[in-house]
Amino acid sequence: MKKIKKIYLPLSEKDIKSLSVGDEALLSGVIYTARDQAHKRLVELIKKGKRLPIDLKNQTIYYCGPTKTRPGKIIGSCGPTTSSRMDAFTQPLLKTGLRGMIGKGNRSKEIARAIKKYNAVYFIAIGGAGAYLSKKVRKLKIAAFKDLGPEAVYKLEVKDFPVIVWNLN
Amino acid sequence: MRNISVKKIKQAVSGLCIDANTNLRKDVFSALTKAVRAERAGKARRIFEILIENARIAKKERLAICQDTGIVCVYLEIGQEARLAGGSLEKAVNDGVRLGYKKGYFRNSIADPLTRKNTGNNAPAVIHTKIVKGDKVRITVVPKGFGCENKNQIKMFMPTADLAEIKKFIIDVVKQAGPDACPPYTIGVGIGGTFEKAAELSKEALLRKVTSHKSQVTSQVAKLEKKLLKEINSLNIGPSGVGGKTTALGVNILTYPTHIAGLPVAVSIGCHAMRFATKIV
Repeated sequence: MKKIKKIYLPLSEKDIKSLSVGDEALLSGVIYTARDQAHKRLVELIKKGKRLPIDLKNQTIYYCGPTKTRPGKIIGSCGPTTSSRMDAFTQPLLKTGLRGMIGKGNRSKEIARAIKKYNAVYFIAIGGAGAYLSKKVRKLKIAAFKDLGPEAVYKLEVKDFPVIVWNLN
Repeated sequence: MRNISVKKIKQAVSGLCIDANTNLRKDVFSALTKAVRAERAGKARRIFEILIENARIAKKERLAICQDTGIVCVYLEIGQEARLAGGSLEKAVNDGVRLGYKKGYFRNSIADPLTRKNTGNNAPAVIHTKIVKGDKVRITVVPKGFGCENKNQIKMFMPTADLAEIKKFIIDVVKQAGPDACPPYTIGVGIGGTFEKAAELSKEALLRKVTSHKSQVTSQVAKLEKKLLKEINSLNIGPSGVGGKTTALGVNILTYPTHIAGLPVAVSIGCHAMRFATKIV
């Protein structure tokens, strides 16, 4: 059995070089949630030449919209959503320096190529394991687009968040 | 006539929303435990172990099994001897959804289709009613996630189409869902009726036990279900799409007589966390 790799975020070029498709890894550090509406807004800002509310350079985006947090808890259920819906918005984000993405399911051929071009990585997390994955989140803070509610951008600090490498440079 | 207060319906819907979202169906849970035993080692096995652990955590902590707590489909089987009193039934159902989603700390996922503005309380539900015998109301709450809902398909076949064509279509729908919609899937198929009847049947089929239910269907349908399950499981999509012996937990088919000129076939994909809860009021 291959060893499960531990990776500390933000991702470095060295981290990406050490990975192969199919590898299991445990991520620790900061990730930002963003799903459909947040992607649409980020890309609109880029198109207008405006500054983004978060600096994406070397960062990792998690396609996720968590449930509400119960009092005294860090986060609610927080599994991945389908990544292909984000394909149309991914290239401009990679261009601004986005390095990692976490979601579920396949990416388009175009995005698979872009991931190579920008030396990035796409991981899958386990779909439908939101309660389990909530135990891997240590901190939650709202980072942008609060008005989007569950679709807002949250800054999460995760510890040993399990993923599998799906597409790579 | 038996009077049933719509307040009772509201309370029942609220409780069912919480139960369905936090307590994985027994038949699905046992199908997962069966699937984990089929995988000797590796990623597929580890993922199944996590899915089982996930269901346990959700139940224990009243956390949503999946963060996509869905669009709520409510099935009301209303006994024709029952009289629903004390206000609007539709409002009672939607109030129940609002209450349940607030109490459960679930995600509000419902938005206007064009402005995309979130309704902020996960209402309204999609309500299906059926008039049945008796004086009771059977309420079934199905929180349907959209990762899998997006993969559903319907096709209007020629009446002369053979079983092989229908089978190919169903398998192609699963192939197209691929790893995206949280496999292993539960597959619901509706054959016959009209465009909307086939779609409704395919959804209702997801509410059947994922394991065998031979007594409820004809032997031809049971045989087709078995064959489809075998072929779908040979697709090697597996849990999360990593490959494995289990791509579907079960296939259920419901049929209805149709017109001599056509043959509608609808396929509904359910994820491995196919949820619902039922109560009789």
